[in-house]
Amino acid sequence: MYVAVKGGEQAILNSHKVIAEERRGDPAVPELTLAQVKEQMQLAVDRVMTEGSLYDRDLAALAIKQAQGDLVEAIFLLRAYRTTLTRFGATLPIDTAKMAVRRRISAAYKDLPGGQVLGPSYDYTHRLLDFALAAEEGVGAPQVDMAEEPVDESIPRVTDILNHEGLIEEEVAADDEARVADLTREPMEFPAERDMRLQNLARGDEGFLLALGYSTQRGYGRNHPFAGEIRLGEVAVAFEPEELGFPIEIGEITVSECQMINQFAGSAERPPQFTRGYGLAFGHCERKTMAMALVDRALRARELDETVDYPAQDEEFVLYHSDNVEASGFVQHLKLPHYVDFQSELQLIRSLRRRHDEEQMEAAE
Amino acid sequence: MALTSTPNGTTVDKTTVLSSGARAGIDTADLKPGLADPVHESQTLFRHLLDAMARPGRAVDLETALDAPTPLDPATAAVVLTLCDYDTPLWIDWIADTPPVRSYCRFHCGSALVERPDEAAFALVSDAENMPRLGLFAQGIDQYPDRSATLVVQLPDLEGGPERVLKGPGIATQAVLRAGGLPDWFWNDWRLNAAQFPLGVDIFFTSGRRIVGLPRTVLVEG
Amino acid sequence: MTGTQTAAVAETAAPAAAETTEDGYNFAYLDEQTKRMIRRCILKAVAVPGYQVPFGGREMPLPYGWGTGGMQVTASIIGANDTLKVIDQGADDTTNAVNIRRFFARTADVETTETTGEASIIQTRHRVPEDPMTEDQILVLQVPQPEPLRSLEPREIECRKMHAYKEYGLMQVSLYEDIARFGEIATSYSYPVMVNDRYLMSPTPIPKFDNPKLDSYPALQLYGAGREKRIYAIPPYTKVKSLDFDDHPFQVQQWEENCALCGAEDTFLDEVILDDRGGKMYVCSDSHYCARRRAEGHSGKLSGSAAAAYAAAVGADQPEKGA
Repeated sequence: MYVAVKGGEQAILNSHKVIAEERRGDPAVPELTLAQVKEQMQLAVDRVMTEGSLYDRDLAALAIKQAQGDLVEAIFLLRAYRTTLTRFGATLPIDTAKMAVRRRISAAYKDLPGGQVLGPSYDYTHRLLDFALAAEEGVGAPQVDMAEEPVDESIPRVTDILNHEGLIEEEVAADDEARVADLTREPMEFPAERDMRLQNLARGDEGFLLALGYSTQRGYGRNHPFAGEIRLGEVAVAFEPEELGFPIEIGEITVSECQMINQFAGSAERPPQFTRGYGLAFGHCERKTMAMALVDRALRARELDETVDYPAQDEEFVLYHSDNVEASGFVQHLKLPHYVDFQSELQLIRSLRRRHDEEQMEAAE
Repeated sequence: MALTSTPNGTTVDKTTVLSSGARAGIDTADLKPGLADPVHESQTLFRHLLDAMARPGRAVDLETALDAPTPLDPATAAVVLTLCDYDTPLWIDWIADTPPVRSYCRFHCGSALVERPDEAAFALVSDAENMPRLGLFAQGIDQYPDRSATLVVQLPDLEGGPERVLKGPGIATQAVLRAGGLPDWFWNDWRLNAAQFPLGVDIFFTSGRRIVGLPRTVLVEG
Repeated sequence: MTGTQTAAVAETAAPAAAETTEDGYNFAYLDEQTKRMIRRCILKAVAVPGYQVPFGGREMPLPYGWGTGGMQVTASIIGANDTLKVIDQGADDTTNAVNIRRFFARTADVETTETTGEASIIQTRHRVPEDPMTEDQILVLQVPQPEPLRSLEPREIECRKMHAYKEYGLMQVSLYEDIARFGEIATSYSYPVMVNDRYLMSPTPIPKFDNPKLDSYPALQLYGAGREKRIYAIPPYTKVKSLDFDDHPFQVQQWEENCALCGAEDTFLDEVILDDRGGKMYVCSDSHYCARRRAEGHSGKLSGSAAAAYAAAVGADQPEKGA
């Protein structure tokens, strides 16, 4: 098919070659393999999967390599690929109470059933650059000793423990049959329900949510949060094909979950209760889930009859600006030529200045 | 482990995948075939539909060779196959509500068939003289006037009826329509439909292989 | 999974069906279900001129803000027999236009053209072509911000109410404040229009110079906003009126000079800086229109060889032989 090849097109193709060369870097250095990214840049992979809304470590690793480590660009690549995938349906809800826990901590209790399981974390490291990692031969294969006792198979969630006393608002699915919103297939609509809000936050930019969550702690919001529980581990995913009529397990995924316990709601009819904020992410994204849980709680202002005074409580503000693929595209579209509109503005400002000068002259006369 | 490592198959027709369950119980023995080349045929058909909706009153030949189940004309079936799927509840009038037509719509589109006209995104009318009044279909709401029904109304002919002069967006000066087989109340209802703009239903009249578009913006004289 | 297995995933991802292109993607990239959803939205948009229909916008392989809405509209209407022209700022050779044209040549295998009259679909950013379009053509406009009220009221809930009840006083007040402050309406692009006397609409950031063309236009106009997930339309021969006041009627931009290349007196002109001492000239923003006029023998104040040298330098059209 005939496509006119012109100077502009050649320049674009050349630009692709230059970026490929830059991405490769010094050819004397061995090329990065996807296995290396997947195994040794796991937290980057996890973030890209979470905000890219696609659980596939290999594709996320590929996206990170292709994007030269620019995670927002990698998220975009994964999202654009995700759009082309055939949708077979929705899985059953995962059950994090049945998680094979690798890490589980609660700030609300000193000790609790299942115990505090520190697991993998930078929390307790001294942030000193570790020059052992810089050594040519690397660090070898660090080994952890086995614990004397295995972690409990099923660790109750802190919120479920509080639930027994009725101290925390109960969270029950309104209806297992009710369809859950999916904003990859339908536009956002306001006021947004919690399913759509949580999906938006799960896909939302970690930095944006972190700043918003932080703002609620500094007085731009009234969450009064306690980190009820943070857990990391593997959960089973089940899917029920319509033609089978019963669920089958199709695999397991790693997720991080955060349950924030927040200050009270109550009314004449209902005794005071703690309220919840919820965060969930693919892989190990602890900071993201905590920020998400703070913002989720702040966004529940309308539902809990609180006044909406601050950015984190404002659902249009939060949900419309959380997506880094949208934000990055629109901020960077300013690079595109705008010279027609700029010309229009030049015309206008010259005309306005002419008028201004004439008026000054008249005033002077 | 990876949820996406299932064969991707971006060209797998989703309706055939997703309606597999809905297909249970569909009698496929006498099922008439759908579009032979879904991607390109539905594109061509859609452009004709768009043309018809953008130029109200003008008869557009769909040039389709579709073998539609009785009592549907090729154009009627073509509109449904082009626009309907499992996201669009479909209402079928009593004459057309036969097992072959139901199977045809469920198999090829995956549409849920609804009992009440006001639940439908699309309505298939094969017996125009006895069709429900226009106000019984979804009219859209103030903030979302797009949430209204599109009616596919099959007529015996597009030339033999009384002359109506149409004006409005899409029409340079005026268009003349002589749709036959409409109930007596139709044009009066249409005036009410147009009067509540931006709410209201939109219509495709079909006959044989041809269609005429009647968006809610059309004002009728005579 | 190892790297090799990843390759295997990618291979299964490349379907072999006949309706795919060599890249293994769907015809015109979008899957059929998405196209059908967008097609339904387009029909409703035509039925309610100027009303923004929300649609389940998909993530495209180009960034938001770079024409993803226009591309989804084009992808949903384009067929193998179409001829596509893509312009940005009126020119066929700007990077974004080249990129989008390349995308459809690659995914839909369609014929492309730079000649306005030859195209069945023209996708554009920021301009309406100078040559008139016909009933047989469709103009697809890329829209960054579909909501004309957004700069006055950022809240979607509020804007939606204003449209529902045709409460456009806020816009009138804003325009009048301009007059009070500057002596004229200080909006030179994205100048708001009323469509069919009902909906206030943003004609995308086309310069207000192009606004009069939208009124009773013979070609169907489709507007796609990907990031904001809205589609709207103006059917052919629809009344489109730029907002104004009796004592301050709507006016388009005018230039004191003509196009330096083709001498056109009535086109939108781009200012070209020639040096750092204020030297400048004006040339048509519509590159095809300008090239056609030059091929027909028209010329501007720049001599023939200088004009050719300039056109070559910026990669603008050489006059097409026999055009």
